[in-house]
Amino acid sequence: MTTYRIALAGNPNTGKSTLFNALTGLRQHTGNWAGKTVERAEGEFTHNGKTFRVIDLPGTYSLYSNSADEEVARNYIIFEKPDVTIVVLDATSLERNLNLALQVLEMTNRVVVCINLMDEAAKLGIRINLDRISERLGVPVAAISARSKTGIEALLDLVEKVASGRIVPVPIRVTYSEEIEQSIQKLEPFIRQTLGDLFPARWVALRLLDGDGSLLAALKEHAGESAPVKEVVNYGQTVCH
Amino acid sequence: MPTTSVRLSDTKTGNRVRLVRIDVQGVLRRRLLDLGFVPGNVVEVLQKSPLGDPIAFRVNNTTIALRQEESSLIFGELIGGDRS
Repeated sequence: MTTYRIALAGNPNTGKSTLFNALTGLRQHTGNWAGKTVERAEGEFTHNGKTFRVIDLPGTYSLYSNSADEEVARNYIIFEKPDVTIVVLDATSLERNLNLALQVLEMTNRVVVCINLMDEAAKLGIRINLDRISERLGVPVAAISARSKTGIEALLDLVEKVASGRIVPVPIRVTYSEEIEQSIQKLEPFIRQTLGDLFPARWVALRLLDGDGSLLAALKEHAGESAPVKEVVNYGQTVCH
Repeated sequence: MPTTSVRLSDTKTGNRVRLVRIDVQGVLRRRLLDLGFVPGNVVEVLQKSPLGDPIAFRVNNTTIALRQEESSLIFGELIGGDRS
């Protein structure tokens, strides 16, 4: 039987863990990420006869500020390559939440966006055009209320379709300033040469341009000592945000 | 449109400021951007501490307090009511 690996990402207080609990019930265990005092919660559920293993990533506003939480979340998505990453967004403050969603979309196309707290948003008079968001982001979007357990079946249908490859999302690609785009183009071939197709070259290029030393360290650790990643260090200043 | 740009640290309670520039560098810059201190975004000055530092701001529907070290490196232009 197929087992898919699912990661849950999202800002703090978006109801990510409520969703995690609703999905896995008692079929979960918690511990720590190796070498970090960051809690790791893992669980399992079945849907349409398929088994899904879920990891509840730490709640973060970003993946790039280099806190232990953010490193854990970033490393999981980039190195463990879950079959689907569900990005949980708070319907009542989408603007802030979409920052993380866009970051994840730069890393992988296997994403389902899950807008939680729809009931809260409705109370505040917020109406959300799901089709439009899905169209703009280029990934499937589901609306749920984890607390009252509504919309979860529809979410899981989307997750299964992305996991099995029946839906192949084509995420929006953020276009940066010409200067940055040119630098990306220069870097990409070197990155492909060094890392192969294991990692999204465009994303790695952006991280390098941002001077992300912690990613370099993680890549080296992951690749063993062999990869000569050193050459591209300090390519540029921090130019993108 | 050469509107006078102000440092966030020089604003008054109740001011609304459209951010223009963030001169903070490094990881903290990243962090501020993640929290919504992005050029173009509007920030409201909620309240000041008794000694004037830190100052609480409303960004993206969230309250965030910044020390003067950071807020003095964030620039914006006052929106409306800038008769002070």
